[in-house]
Amino acid sequence: MSDLLEPAETAQVKRQKVPFRGGGFKPRPIRFVAPLVFLALILFWELGSQTGVISNLVLPAPSEAYRAFVELFQSGLLWKHVSTSLYRLVFGWSIGTALGIMVGLLIGLFSLARASLLPLTSAFFPIPKIALLPLFIIWFGIGEGSKVATILFGTFFPTVIATYGGVDNVERGLIRMGQSFGMSWLSIVRKIILPGALPAILSGARISASIAIILLVAAEMIGAEYGIGAYVLMAGSLFATDQLIVGVAMLSVLGLCVSWLIGRAEKALLNWRG
Amino acid sequence: MQISIENLSHAYGSVEVLSDINLTFEPGEIAVIIGPSGCGKSTLLRLMGGLEEPNQGASYLAGDVPDGCLNPLTYIFQDFALLPWRSVAGNISLVLEDHNLSKSQSEAIIADVLDRTNLSEFHDALPRQLSGGMKQRVAIARALAVRPAFLLMDEPLSALDSQTRELLMDDLVDLWARERFSACYVTHNLSEAVRLGHKVIVLSRRPGKVRGVVDIRMPLEERRERAAELEDVQQKLWQMMREEALAADRELANV
Repeated sequence: MSDLLEPAETAQVKRQKVPFRGGGFKPRPIRFVAPLVFLALILFWELGSQTGVISNLVLPAPSEAYRAFVELFQSGLLWKHVSTSLYRLVFGWSIGTALGIMVGLLIGLFSLARASLLPLTSAFFPIPKIALLPLFIIWFGIGEGSKVATILFGTFFPTVIATYGGVDNVERGLIRMGQSFGMSWLSIVRKIILPGALPAILSGARISASIAIILLVAAEMIGAEYGIGAYVLMAGSLFATDQLIVGVAMLSVLGLCVSWLIGRAEKALLNWRG
Repeated sequence: MQISIENLSHAYGSVEVLSDINLTFEPGEIAVIIGPSGCGKSTLLRLMGGLEEPNQGASYLAGDVPDGCLNPLTYIFQDFALLPWRSVAGNISLVLEDHNLSKSQSEAIIADVLDRTNLSEFHDALPRQLSGGMKQRVAIARALAVRPAFLLMDEPLSALDSQTRELLMDDLVDLWARERFSACYVTHNLSEAVRLGHKVIVLSRRPGKVRGVVDIRMPLEERRERAAELEDVQQKLWQMMREEALAADRELANV
């Protein structure tokens, strides 16, 4: 009997599902959360100001800042400030980036350029360009020159470093393939090295664009009549905190626009990455 | 065209990789070079095609380059070496662009090689959309586009899984049956060697020397059906390599 019972007993051994312990560690995009967070923050802030929890002296209400913005718009100066800043930003950033890519390629491709220019780049990159502003004013004048130069120098060095890093990281196998098919040096640079370095160059552009916006305010500190930076500084020195908020918000929107544009460029140029 | 390697030796720093290699590669046949890992077989292939310079000796080309040949010594790499930002057709056009061909000429060549490798429907696909086997087929199509006199194949199937490897071996046999291309094929895989090689050159462990050359007379097209008969050859090759492979496996890396 007992040996007949045994199989039945083993069949009744406790059975349980293998507990799931994988998954996680993989953030996924959720739409509409970002704008909702912004909206909630502004609503909270406005409510705090209305009820007096946040003193007007400490922080003006969003509605006040909005009124200041409407005033600025009606005075007709909004476009003047924005366009002046945009001109400096676009001009300084594009020349700085173009020169940076050129020098970065030289460093990436030629040993002599690497030996001579790389230490220079490393020496100049950490210098805060704001500290050099007085020199720039002497060299390029108090007008547009010194402002554009500040942004230009600020964007040049990170671009150099991103570009030569990108060139260094192009797969050697692809270059050897080009050589094995007898491609010319120029073809290899144009068709293999440049496209291969493009992802690094674009992520460098993302960084240099943010640096350009930061430096814009610094550059407009001296002798600028118009520009978002000048507007912010003016508001700051008058303790017109509502205008200050407007200026800072404009800079932030500018940054968002630039990062959106670079995102579009990445999508268009790097669609092969999938 | 014939390739001959004469008294070739090569070292990386103080590590001697190849020592006194003498070999000839005849047109119209596939010569397979096998050897244990680290015996310098890939280096030998790079030296043959001029991607590296030997310390001593040289490799020579004898005879005329065939008509319409754009790149006599053409490589097929283990990692395919396709540009990820170019489509299948773009990757093939890449190697034609430096040769002053008209647009219609190069388009015709691309259509032709894609047809010969059964890839026509993948004309506009990007490499990331293709499986490993397809990528290597594209690389083979690209190599055919320049009408090479010699194909230098550096472990072309080693990055593929074994089923894909079988399929591609069949493709290569078919291709050879149609075109009688000349190739030097480097591998560490004995079954590839006996399936594809008209002759198999066995290299010894570092420094690489020619340990022996085995001719296999059976026609390539019959080898799949007569695999049992090839078993003997494969065993013979394995006996030649076994000790070397064992020693290579136990060696401490110093390069």
